[in-house]
Amino acid sequence: MAGAKEIRTKIKSVQNTAKITKAMEMVAASKMRRAQDRMHASRPYAEKIKKVVGHLGSSHPEYKHPFLIERPVKKVGLIVVTSDRGLCGGLNINLFKKVLAQLEQWQDQKVGIEVVTIGGKGLSFFKRLGAHVIAEVSHLGDTPDITDIIGPVQVLLKSYEDGEIDAIHLVSNHFVNTMTQQPEFHQLVPVEASTDEEVSHHWDYIYEPGSKEVLHNLLDRYIESLVFKAVVENVACEMAARMIAMKSATDNAGELINELQLIYNKERQAAITQEISEIVGGAAAV
Amino acid sequence: MAMTIHVDIVSAEEQIFSGPAEMVYAPAVMGEVGIAPRHTPLVSPLKPGEVRLDVGGGKEEFFFISGGILEVQPHVVTVLSDTAIRADDLNEAAAIEAKKRAEDALSDQQSDMEIAKARAEIAAAAAQIAAIQKLKIRR
Repeated sequence: MAGAKEIRTKIKSVQNTAKITKAMEMVAASKMRRAQDRMHASRPYAEKIKKVVGHLGSSHPEYKHPFLIERPVKKVGLIVVTSDRGLCGGLNINLFKKVLAQLEQWQDQKVGIEVVTIGGKGLSFFKRLGAHVIAEVSHLGDTPDITDIIGPVQVLLKSYEDGEIDAIHLVSNHFVNTMTQQPEFHQLVPVEASTDEEVSHHWDYIYEPGSKEVLHNLLDRYIESLVFKAVVENVACEMAARMIAMKSATDNAGELINELQLIYNKERQAAITQEISEIVGGAAAV
Repeated sequence: MAMTIHVDIVSAEEQIFSGPAEMVYAPAVMGEVGIAPRHTPLVSPLKPGEVRLDVGGGKEEFFFISGGILEVQPHVVTVLSDTAIRADDLNEAAAIEAKKRAEDALSDQQSDMEIAKARAEIAAAAAQIAAIQKLKIRR
């Protein structure tokens, strides 16, 4: 019965693994719900600020902020939002695939790239890639704070203002639903003019102290809020992806246990049958 | 019933207040402003301070904000409040720190971008995932 014992230990170890993945699944599920709430909570701010920026952009022809001016693109800044931890299925891999395709396209067009990573996985990926990472932030945890992302975003905005880069793009996972997360590119700067019909009326704001200062203030916050939204959304994506991955791991473990149990039973039955036939054979011989 | 104006106070992290008020007081950078319904459109940055709402019936609501932006339209007031404490030198310090972290992390990297190599690694990882999924189906 040596084989049977081995199988028994194997079943035990698979059971233990299943317990761990089950626990991770449940933790991810509850964290996902909270992350989704945070995602929804950050929406009003982004919408409001977008409206104001759209209005300012369209109603204010005499002053053009540098963030609103398109110029020929020789170098782009790319903000990559990833998770800090793995065990979340193909979430980061899918994102990197998309990033690589885009990078190749930029390389063909002789466009330089500077990268800012948010999240540990992104950093280690671009480190291996050998890309020029100019700023990074990681270990934001499950409840990212907008203070954490001001620094990295400022780095890019500053080099945009200095004319070192000509566009800023953001790539992050979009939360479609629990089962689906979609990596997406967004252009942050130059700010794409809003084409809302709503904002094309003729009145204008009073600007205090002046339109220049207000616009500058507003655009900084606008871009930060977009990045922040992406970071919060990415946490929700990470949790959803991890929940699904751990769920399928738990299911697989269950199947594996069933199979092993079957093999174990067969083995035991075979041993018993053999013993009986030996006894019967022995009795017949006497 | 007195005339009211709709007020939204939001921060990047959450919606703080939404509802009607008879009067809104906010700490604009040029000095405190009071906004009554049908105020002319106005945009102004805000200083750290207190936003006070006169919600009618002699009741008032107070919100402390650490800066932000005030937007006024004739029937809507929006306060985009900062949760982060900001100052130019603070922002710059944060920027420098972010840069430094990246430099530290990358101190031992090779110089050329090797997209082909990374692509191969990702393809391998993707193949692994696909294989696992196939195994799952077959079982």
